[in-house]
Amino acid sequence: MLEEKAQLPKAEIEQAGLGSAADARPVLEVRDLVKRFGGLVAVDHVSLVVWPGEVVGLLGDNGAGKSTLIKVISGVYRPDGGQLLFEGQEVSFASPMEARRRGIETIYQDLALCENLDAPANIFLGREPVRRRWGFLKELDDRYMLQETQHVLEQLDIHIPDLRQPIRQLSGGQRQSVAIARAIYWNARLMIMDEPTAALGVAEQQKVLELVRTLRARGVPVILISHNMQDVFAVADRVVVMRRGQKVGERRVAETTTNELVGLMVGAERA
Amino acid sequence: MAKMVQQLALPAARVKSRPLEIVSRFWSWLFLLLLLLFFSLTGPGFFSFLNLQSIANDMALALLMSLGQTFVIIAAGIDLSTGFTMGFAAVIEAVVLNALVGRLPLGLGLALPLSILIALGVGTLPGLVNGILIGRLRVPPFIATLGMYGIARGLGFIFSGGGQPVSVQIPGVGDIGNGYLLYYHPAVGFSWLHAPLLPPGARPRDLISILPFPLIVAIVAFLLCYWLLSRTRFGRHTYALGGAPEAARRAGIPVARQTLKLYMLSAFLASVAGVLYVLRFTNGDANAGDPLLLDSIAAVVIGGASLFGGEGTMVGTLIGTLIIYVIQNGLVIIGIDPYWQFVAIGAVIILAVLMDQAKARVLNR
Repeated sequence: MLEEKAQLPKAEIEQAGLGSAADARPVLEVRDLVKRFGGLVAVDHVSLVVWPGEVVGLLGDNGAGKSTLIKVISGVYRPDGGQLLFEGQEVSFASPMEARRRGIETIYQDLALCENLDAPANIFLGREPVRRRWGFLKELDDRYMLQETQHVLEQLDIHIPDLRQPIRQLSGGQRQSVAIARAIYWNARLMIMDEPTAALGVAEQQKVLELVRTLRARGVPVILISHNMQDVFAVADRVVVMRRGQKVGERRVAETTTNELVGLMVGAERA
Repeated sequence: MAKMVQQLALPAARVKSRPLEIVSRFWSWLFLLLLLLFFSLTGPGFFSFLNLQSIANDMALALLMSLGQTFVIIAAGIDLSTGFTMGFAAVIEAVVLNALVGRLPLGLGLALPLSILIALGVGTLPGLVNGILIGRLRVPPFIATLGMYGIARGLGFIFSGGGQPVSVQIPGVGDIGNGYLLYYHPAVGFSWLHAPLLPPGARPRDLISILPFPLIVAIVAFLLCYWLLSRTRFGRHTYALGGAPEAARRAGIPVARQTLKLYMLSAFLASVAGVLYVLRFTNGDANAGDPLLLDSIAAVVIGGASLFGGEGTMVGTLIGTLIIYVIQNGLVIIGIDPYWQFVAIGAVIILAVLMDQAKARVLNR
């Protein structure tokens, strides 16, 4: 456990943010991915590339296949065809846990936090550092967890007044921030966010989008699933539009309009 | 940016409710203090060292079971089998001890530790089965432990050979269970572990006995459980399991194994209580723990744990157990029909749940 402490990703956080444009290798490459449920082709030969430090918006109507695609990437489903390359290597995840171990962190709408525990406990959940008391009793190292939590929250410009109170007492945006901080702390290489602003007030939406920008600045690419066109225009570099399981378009955000994207989503416009 | 973040701090409404929060969190302390005060003023002899110590000693067995129940309830489970598991372990202890001394024959110095090991081991088996049923096979805790309630009860009667308590008539056994750490008599001074032989003329009633054996075991168990729950990964994972099992699973906590450990711990502590029962009352009674089951759940709930899981503390459980036993003792001393204690304790349980709901309302917006 002590060895683990020494190589905690603090250094990574500090060194992150190094040049992203120069990196020639995509973080994630999806080639011709297929996922079927019985007769239904939920993901139909979709290809997608995510570069370091890039925010990719994933747009589509309900049932367009966004969530299925994301679940294949994050290890929840196994693909029926195609390839998944992560940091240049072909990968095949048997479980979400395996994907996480490689650095693919998915932040779901339900957050997956323990509301009865405080922020440090949540960030270190399942990976708590311990220290020895009297040589043989292994105790939680609460001070270390608190310090590290303060550190990572500071790095991400997240402000939570009292870190010792249960997450339940925090606002939705603060909770979302803790979930993001946890992923960053444990060295996420690719962040997938499923409707991260859906349940938040306006000010909190802004804060979460700000965090997405912070991630990009650190070189951590983000795949952002959203219904909210404004969100996508606010933070995404590129947009991939899905419809009926297929990728129907891909645009640079700077070179497109809301109308064009809506057109692609509903099938009025051809790619 | 910084300004906007400031606005995300706790809304004022939540800060304002702090006093309410404190009352709802510490009402059980206050309630215990009021009870002590009330009985001290109305019950002659209530507030004396010997009476308070005897309250503590009487609650030792219930406390052991409540400690296990606390872990289980925090993990959003419940252990209904703990009472008959205790009785089952008591029967095993009595039968094995009788056999080792009577049939083999071993000396008490060897037979007693051996029988205790066997009773604790066998008594933990119901917890093992509970844990497998609940953790691996996804049987709801209420159902699994209700089944084990019946099984442990039946096995207790079967092993005791027809329902009568198994009497242990081995000299020395009762001396341990009813022994004290320290004795004091004005004529003799202090003596450790054994009551002193009194010189002629010294009054036996002046002898003060300090720290009974069951109480010592309960204190040690309490300290260990307190540490385990609040200071270790095991405790942290227990809270996580009760707060959000799905989040715990996604965080890589081995949920099934943790569940198994929790129910085994509960059964183990119940077995310790069963062994203590035999040492104190020199018989193994399959029914011994039956009345303690409700006490154990009541103590945990009065102590502030939520039956929905995720909340609760060992200190709370200690306070809850104290409240129950102070009421029982106090009502007897002020001369009220003992059946009223059931009414009083029932009322306190309901009060505790109301307090818990008030707290939830205060804390959850």
